[in-house]
Amino acid sequence: MTAYTATVTVRLKQGVLDPEAETTQRSLERLGFELEDLRSADQFEVDLDAADASSAEQRVTEMTERLLANPTIHDYEVAVAERES
Amino acid sequence: MTVAVVRFGGSNCDRDTVQALESLGVDADLVWHEDGLPEDTDGVVLPGGFSYGDYLRAGAMAARSPVMEEVRAAAEDGVPVLGVCNGAQIGCEANFTPGAFTTNASARFQCEHVHVRVENADTPWTRDYEAGEVLELPIAHGEGRFEVDDDRLSALEDDDRILFRYCDESGAATDDANPNGSKHNVAGLTGDREHVAVMMPHPERVTLADIGGTDGRGVLSAFAD
Repeated sequence: MTAYTATVTVRLKQGVLDPEAETTQRSLERLGFELEDLRSADQFEVDLDAADASSAEQRVTEMTERLLANPTIHDYEVAVAERES
Repeated sequence: MTVAVVRFGGSNCDRDTVQALESLGVDADLVWHEDGLPEDTDGVVLPGGFSYGDYLRAGAMAARSPVMEEVRAAAEDGVPVLGVCNGAQIGCEANFTPGAFTTNASARFQCEHVHVRVENADTPWTRDYEAGEVLELPIAHGEGRFEVDDDRLSALEDDDRILFRYCDESGAATDDANPNGSKHNVAGLTGDREHVAVMMPHPERVTLADIGGTDGRGVLSAFAD
């Protein structure tokens, strides 16, 4: 078994309104910053042991589809890297 | 008819719901989610509140708790199931109904009375109303904006599965009368079968004339037979 960390990024699908990001953007603009757009995303780091990277990715993808993301409103990415154990 | 009002850690409309049902002559019991559904359950309400502190997404944790498999099985046996507010978020997260209830367009928690128009009066939840009737119901949510992809929404509309839309006092479903930015002003809808329904406004809070109105009685009277 190898130790991995999977990084899951969950973001709203394009076209889904993100009121919190809009509020954050307005707040940055009030602070005097210039920006075109701001998007927010959730990131999860999952430590796990697996036979290989692809089985780690498969397990974390299933975690993401079952709970971490809501497919109605979210897209997600899973990136797996070996972890110093 | 004994209705199980399923209480999760963070539910806070559970006791109101029991009282509202009892005011209609319906037997109702609080059921702690870890205890599972009683055998004589012939109705289920998923009440409002903040189950699991709204961690991850409102309703996400409760939707995946073991009792929900029992609720799903009961629904498949024909037991009526209603999710209100946090219960609606749980119902969508559990795929009882399509779509998702997510952050209000205002990005704020909103607690106010709104008007909704009865869209389909031919369901257990709406048969005490007329199609097009305007009700005044309270909302109290930060994540009540109904989101669903356009194709799915069209299919829901074609199948008459929208129960209520936010509207103004005269019944017009305008943007101004939409408190949270819900797509097509959707405030409540049914699942694949009409005895499963979710809605963000609180019918249980308007069941007694002395405390603000009775417009919600019709929804809960689905449990009265």
